[in-house]
Amino acid sequence: MSDYLISLAGNPNTGKSTVFNRLTGLKQHTGNWPGKTVLQAWGFYRYQNEQYTLVDLPGTYSLLAHSPEEQVARDFICFGQPDATVVVVDATSLERNLNLVLQVLEITSQVVVCLNLVDEAKRKNIQVNAAKLGDELGVPVVETVARRGIGLKELQEQIHLLVHGKIKTNPLKIHYPPELENKISDLIKQLHYLPESLNKRWVALRLLEGDQSILRGIQEVTRLAFS
Amino acid sequence: MLMIISLDQLPVGESGIVTVIDAHGLTRRRLLDLGLVPGTVVKTIRKSPAGDPIAYLIRGSIVALRVNDSKQISIKPFSEVAINE
Repeated sequence: MSDYLISLAGNPNTGKSTVFNRLTGLKQHTGNWPGKTVLQAWGFYRYQNEQYTLVDLPGTYSLLAHSPEEQVARDFICFGQPDATVVVVDATSLERNLNLVLQVLEITSQVVVCLNLVDEAKRKNIQVNAAKLGDELGVPVVETVARRGIGLKELQEQIHLLVHGKIKTNPLKIHYPPELENKISDLIKQLHYLPESLNKRWVALRLLEGDQSILRGIQEVTRLAFS
Repeated sequence: MLMIISLDQLPVGESGIVTVIDAHGLTRRRLLDLGLVPGTVVKTIRKSPAGDPIAYLIRGSIVALRVNDSKQISIKPFSEVAINE
């Protein structure tokens, strides 16, 4: 039995799997989680005498579930109840990568951003102010060069601090126009029966968007909660 | 005169600013996820031999779009922006 469950998200080609392999020392095997048939890479590592299970989610640009990969990634972050989610981002194309970061932050505040490929970024004359980025996003940002193992100890440390409640995150909240915010508030009131683990604001947003796939996930999770 | 063209009409090597995304549902969501929002700078990189799809530079990444999708994106070419300022 593992002490903590950590999910690893990120756009394709950000070095996500390199981070995964480096952290777990290639001790990966594939498995599934309850109710899901999609095979997923799982791995383990120990840090400060505690066991962490790392789940390598499919690389996606979005979590809004228009492809099976996105749905797998979203369902795990949403319903798999990880203790923390690491979002690996490519420092050479941060703008594009931040879309996924913001989507993850809308679901959960337990996030560490892994700013990977900082060596390539430097080569392209791109300087990212990680501390400032962390301030803006309201979650820890760790610079890494996963291929060479740089920054991974710090990443493990930040995950450790986060799951032990020693870091209080304050994720950037996206404010929508008043009409939408009013509808969100109305819906949240009607969603009181949802389990604590589900972010009601996020569910309300998906419902307003007319996302059908979220309903199935909710049905499953409420059935489990009440059975 | 403001000239707005659809993205598929933007010649190779030229850039413009996205003004409107006239797609709906999942296509719209997908385009937004690619970073195509009003105000985004887009450059046409090259066309495939058949002219469809077309490759664009969007926020540091090269993305190929089908003409069916790029038709639904309105663009203000940079040359026009300069003239109107």
